[in-house]
Parts: sequence; C-alpha cells; structure tokens
Amino acid sequence: MIETALTDLWYGFQVAFQPHNLMWCFIGVLVGNMVGVLPGMGPLATISILLPLTFGIKPVGAILMLAGVMYGAQYGGAICSILLNLPCHPPHAVTCLDGFPMTKQGRGGVALGLTVFASFVGASWGITEMIFLSPLLVKAALQFGPTEICSLMLLGLLAGSTLARGSPVKGVAMTVLGLLFAIIGQDLETGSERLTFGLPELSDGIELVALALGLFGIAEFMNSVNQVVTINTKYTNVRLRDMRPSKAEFKQSIAPMFRGTIVGSLCSLIPGTGPTIASFIAYATEKKVSKTPEKFGTGLIEGVVCPEASTHSSVQGDFIPTMSLGIPGDAVMALLLGALMIQGIVPGPQLISEHPDIFWGLVASFWIGNILLVLLNVPLIGLWVKMLTIPYRYLYPSALFFVCIGVYAANNDMFQVGEVLVIGLLGYILLRLGFHPAPILLGFVLGSRFEENFRRAMLIARGDLTVFVTRPISAVFIFLCVLLIGTQIYFRLRSSGRALGPAPASAPAE
Amino acid sequence: MSPDRSLGDVLRNFARKRDFYAGGLMVLFGLVAALKGPGYRVGTLMHMGPGFMPTALGVILILLGVAIAGTALGVPPDEDEDILPEQPQWLGWACILAGPLMFIIFGRFGLIPGTFACVFVSALGDRTATWTSSLVLAAVVTVFGVAVFSYLLQIPMPLLKWGWPL
Repeated sequence: MIETALTDLWYGFQVAFQPHNLMWCFIGVLVGNMVGVLPGMGPLATISILLPLTFGIKPVGAILMLAGVMYGAQYGGAICSILLNLPCHPPHAVTCLDGFPMTKQGRGGVALGLTVFASFVGASWGITEMIFLSPLLVKAALQFGPTEICSLMLLGLLAGSTLARGSPVKGVAMTVLGLLFAIIGQDLETGSERLTFGLPELSDGIELVALALGLFGIAEFMNSVNQVVTINTKYTNVRLRDMRPSKAEFKQSIAPMFRGTIVGSLCSLIPGTGPTIASFIAYATEKKVSKTPEKFGTGLIEGVVCPEASTHSSVQGDFIPTMSLGIPGDAVMALLLGALMIQGIVPGPQLISEHPDIFWGLVASFWIGNILLVLLNVPLIGLWVKMLTIPYRYLYPSALFFVCIGVYAANNDMFQVGEVLVIGLLGYILLRLGFHPAPILLGFVLGSRFEENFRRAMLIARGDLTVFVTRPISAVFIFLCVLLIGTQIYFRLRSSGRALGPAPASAPAE
Repeated sequence: MSPDRSLGDVLRNFARKRDFYAGGLMVLFGLVAALKGPGYRVGTLMHMGPGFMPTALGVILILLGVAIAGTALGVPPDEDEDILPEQPQWLGWACILAGPLMFIIFGRFGLIPGTFACVFVSALGDRTATWTSSLVLAAVVTVFGVAVFSYLLQIPMPLLKWGWPL
C-alpha cells in the first residue's frame, strides 16, 4: 500500500512540477497570502473572484491555484492575529490570545517564525493523512449505491450546517435554502423549468460564481463598511532576524505543535468541524495538559503554535472527504468542488481513478505550496505588514469592481451582475437576521446530485422510504444523523435549562 | 393585570424579536417553493416528478421557519434583538449596492465607463471618502482593470461604445 502511494505521489510531483502548474500554484499561494493579511477580505471572497478567471485554464492548474489561495490565506491570517490582535479570519481568532501579548513583549517575530514552522508541520501531517486515507475511503465509497450516497450526503449536509457557527436550526434552514436555490432552472430529467419566475436567464440555474460573490462579497462589504477599526501598527516593525527562535523556545514548542496537529487531524475527520473549531479545541487541550495553565493569555508560545498547527492540519484534512467522496465539509470546500464541476469534472469516489492528475497533482502541490509559503513568509514579512495598513475605503470599491467584472466574465452576461446584486442584498439581510450564509453554498453545490440520487434510490426501492434504514451502510449514516440531531437537542435543552444565568459567550468568530 | 393584556404584551415582545422575522422569512421562501412546486407535477415517491423536490423542500423550510420563530418565544426579552446594527450605514449600503447597478447601466457604454462609475459611486460610501479621493481611486482602478481584463485576459467587452443604454 505504501508503495503504490509513493508511486502515485511521485506521479503527482511530476504533474505539479510542470512549469505552468507550478506557476498557478505560486500565483495561488501568493494571492492567498496577500488577501489573508488584508483586513476584511477572506479566502471565500477571493476564491469566488478568481473563479471566473480559471475557466480559461486547464482543470489541474485551476484547482491548484484556488486551493493555494485557500491555504495561503491561512498563513496570512496568522500575521494579522499576532501583530495586530485582529481576528480577521476566524480560525486565527484564538491565536490572538497569546500571540498579541508576545508581540507586546517584543517577541512577535519569534511567534511568527514558529507559527510558520508549526503551520508547515501541521500541513505536512494533513497531506500525509490525505495520501493514505483517501484511497481507503474511495475503496469503500465505490461500493455505494444511490441509497448510501443519499444518506451520506444527508449526513454531510447536516454536519456542515449544525456544527458550524450559530444556531443549528438556522444552519439547517440555510442548507435547505441552498438546496432550493439549486433547483432553480431546468430539471435534469424532464427539462421542465422550475422556480424561474418566467425569467429565461434563470433557466440555466443560478450561477455558482454569482451566488458565492453575492453572499461572501457584497454582503460582507455591506457588513464591514465604516465598521473596520483603525489599525494600531505600533508593533508591526518586525525584521527578519527577529523571527529566529532561541533553542529553548524551539524545544518548548515542539510537543504542542504535534498535539495541535493531532487535534486538527481528528477534527478534520468529522465533517463540518472546520479549522476554526479545531483551533479552539487545540487551545483548550493545550491549556489542560499544560503545567502552567494560568500563564495562558500572557504570551505563551504554546498558545500560539498549538492552534496554528491544528488549523493547518485540519485545513488539509478537509480535502479528504471533498476529494474522495465529493462531499465538502465547509463553504470553501464547496466552492472548490464547484470549480471542478464548472470544469466538467464530476466529483465523487471515481474522481481519483478518472482524474489522477488532479488528485495527486493537488496533493503534491500542497507540499510545494507550503514550502513556497515558508519561503515567501520569511523574507516578505515586512511587505505583508505594510499591506495591513491599506485602508478599507480603497479596498472595497476595488473589490466590488472585481466582483462585477468576474461575474460578467463568467458568461459574458450582464444579467448575472444583477443576480449578484440581489443575492448580496439577501445575504446581508440573512446576516442581520442571525443566519450564517455559508451552508447555502453547501446545499447549492450538492443539490442536484442529491436530487438525482434520491430519485434513483426511490425508483430502485419502488418508493419505499424504509430502504434508507434497512440497508446496513445507509442505516449507519442515518444513525449518525439522528445522533447528531440528538446531541444538538440535548445541548440545547441543557443550556436553556440554565439560560437564566449569563448567556453563553458567542463564538468570537463574528 | 388582565390576561388578554399580558397576551398582547407577549405578542408585542414577540414581534420585536429578530428570530420572529428570521423565521418569517424562511416561511415565506418555503411557501413560494411549496406553492409553486405542485405546478410542476409532483408524481409519486417511486416516480418523482420535477415538482417533488421543490414541494418537499418548501414544506421542510416552512417547518424550520416556524421552529426558528418558535424558539424566539422561549428566550427572555431585552437581549440584543435589533435587526439594524448599532450605527446603520444607509449611505454605505446604498453606495455598495449602487456599485454593481452602475456597472450594469454604464457597462452598456463599455468597460471604461462601467468600471469608473462602479468604483466611484461605491467609494463614496465610506465615511472618510471625499469626491477627490473617490475620483482618483476610480481612475486608478479603471486603468488597472482595462490593462488586466481587456488586454491581458481579453474579456470580450468593448472599452467604449456609443449608444443608448437600452
């Protein structure tokens, strides 16, 4: 098994080292790193803006670049948290707790240096996991019929919507809304138009790019306009030689790094628990095993490297269900899967055998990309720090232009710019009503495959719904769904029992 | 206190809650789907028509909406229930939404006017922005946009074209 994995990986490196693929990977991580640092611009918005520009390039290059944006942004986000105390990116919110005090003590450079190293360790573990686990998952998933696929998708959708931020019921509502959005347009089997409200432009359905840019572009801009705090750049003067940790500091952070990595990889195996949750759990675990838990929050290096390692290990791990089962764990993965679908590639367990260049090329490019990021981050730290000071009043109008031209360029269709506008307004209203719009994307991307498989499963079972619990594998998935909902209700009841006390602290991810 | 008055209070409190409107919106979306769905032939479970999924999802969404609104009853009042943020940014919101609108309208005259109008109008939404700063930003982005999208990426949109926007 190890031998085949190594041959496949070797093949992957050959794909990833092709000059144009290497170039896309480099552009991806560079852009990702940049927007990771920019306040108020997340990887979701960036990937959606870049998505239409990838239509012209080959699928391998496109996915390498978009994935690069995603993990590149993770490196950038850490800089923001450590030097500015700004949790601009949710997974790094917890890094502020110990990272910023370190900066105040003048050890920000060390924190950054060790973060880069910890990120690399975490990511490497995640990639290794992907190499060995994905083929196993695929082997199992290839036996699945429509019934099993359906219940697996149900599990993925439920996990993605209930374990993420905010109220679980609202999350599920957003997923259902996403499934409904996927229905708009022509029905695949009969060709009849559904929910188009007589608009011929909608007969091809809502464009993924328009949906993503509306929800994560325009709605986010509306949320942040005139809200971005002025940045304190007092501590941002970091030089290259400040980044080298002392031997003691290095030794001190080795064990937390590996603990964080393990926590992250465990979290990534549960669909729906993305890097944000992984980093919080890692920080809590580290505090628990520490001999000096009272010192956390005062600038302890363990409190920085552990969550960062776990974030990166979970980010890479999230690719496992996405690439091997075709079921994305969060909105970013859904977007990447959507990018593959636009390129005409059907996601699912057959992806690795049908398009080995995409899968193994991606795996190899992770390593190349992560090494590139280490190389980029060390000398360019000064440049990234300068980017932090770009005011939002220049950022959002420029980004808005990119949104418009990106959506227009997707199909050369002005109607879709209007689509973005409407979806953006809706997205902002949903945000204000306490919904988190990310699960909409999950539902939207899985929608048509879910409907197709559900129809097929029912046709085979002659309309008997009990088939979902009488077939053993499907029954396991359904059981997990019930378990998931059950624990959610249990926690809800328990917390409402003591709701008369202070309200539970909401996630600082807002 | 008479019972019907306290009921009125409960209802008034309820109507102030954010989740009341959140649930209401979901019920509304659900109703649209559930009412439109049967028009596309629902079929049976074994032979599903195109209307099955919209109808089923619509009904589920209505139920979820009711559940969301229902939980609003259980939460004590006087929490942060404002739908609008503390400082509403009407100008900022209007300018951001006007940006793509400008792109649609002026885009009919070509990429240059579309880009310029889009960036200029949306830049005015920031509290610290001035006419000059917005003009400069719009000019810079237009030059950049033309260079990248028209020359480098060859997007088939004319740079400048005369005619009525219809």
